[in-house]
Amino acid sequence: MEMTLNEVVFYLLSAVIVVCSILTVTTTRILRSATYLLFVLFATAGLYFQMNYSFMGAVQLTVYAGGVIVLYVFSILLTSSPGGDNERPKMKYVIAGLSAVVAGALLSIYIILSHSFPTSKYVAGEIDMKMIGQVLMGTEKYQYLLPFEAVSVLLLACIVGGILIARKR
Amino acid sequence: MEYYLVVSAIMMFAGIYGFIVRRSLLGILISIELILNSVDINFMVFNRYLYPDQMEGFFFTLFAIGVSAAETAIAIAICINVYRNLHSIQVKNLDEMKN
Repeated sequence: MEMTLNEVVFYLLSAVIVVCSILTVTTTRILRSATYLLFVLFATAGLYFQMNYSFMGAVQLTVYAGGVIVLYVFSILLTSSPGGDNERPKMKYVIAGLSAVVAGALLSIYIILSHSFPTSKYVAGEIDMKMIGQVLMGTEKYQYLLPFEAVSVLLLACIVGGILIARKR
Repeated sequence: MEYYLVVSAIMMFAGIYGFIVRRSLLGILISIELILNSVDINFMVFNRYLYPDQMEGFFFTLFAIGVSAAETAIAIAICINVYRNLHSIQVKNLDEMKN
């Protein structure tokens, strides 16, 4: 069986994603769970690089792996009492959740594999950085200045709200 | 292309399982991150394989990453505040509000 290097990289990354995302939700220590989440996010960035979206891969690495995981690790260390966070979930919930999730996953994978998508028009190649900037800052059709400004206002509100909620009184 | 979607479907249902089963607020937040990330993979795959001359999926993923980072920051602030008031972030202890 002939496999290209691209397929080898894809299978490696998807194996890392599947194994680590299942370990993320099944491990009992919350700090290990955050570490497995970091591996999942790294492998997702690798998938973006493999699809030739290197700008999105860099955003994923800096925002998720750089920012969000550090926030998680600090808040875990601030809030978890020693030895108190590794209690096992109730068996009733585990059985109910596992059956629902396995049924849903099998159904959706069956639908994905049996659905005939339109023929793939895959072209390799990067999106031009200049084009990304112009589309992000343009005001015409299919350009994205308004959502950009909305996200910036959202981030400002998020900063103010974070300070307001987490401050000492 | 279908295999990308299978991978992200497995990731999404792992997140849903964690959302149901986890007993602490931070575990639930980590599961939410898995769900959001799987949806981002789907957007990028559809953009690359079905409509490679348009950029809607790319920018939707960009904004989704920004929004989820903001959501994480606020939720962690709430977690720290809850911990400061109740000395626990287990869901079973969160049965009263301020008034």
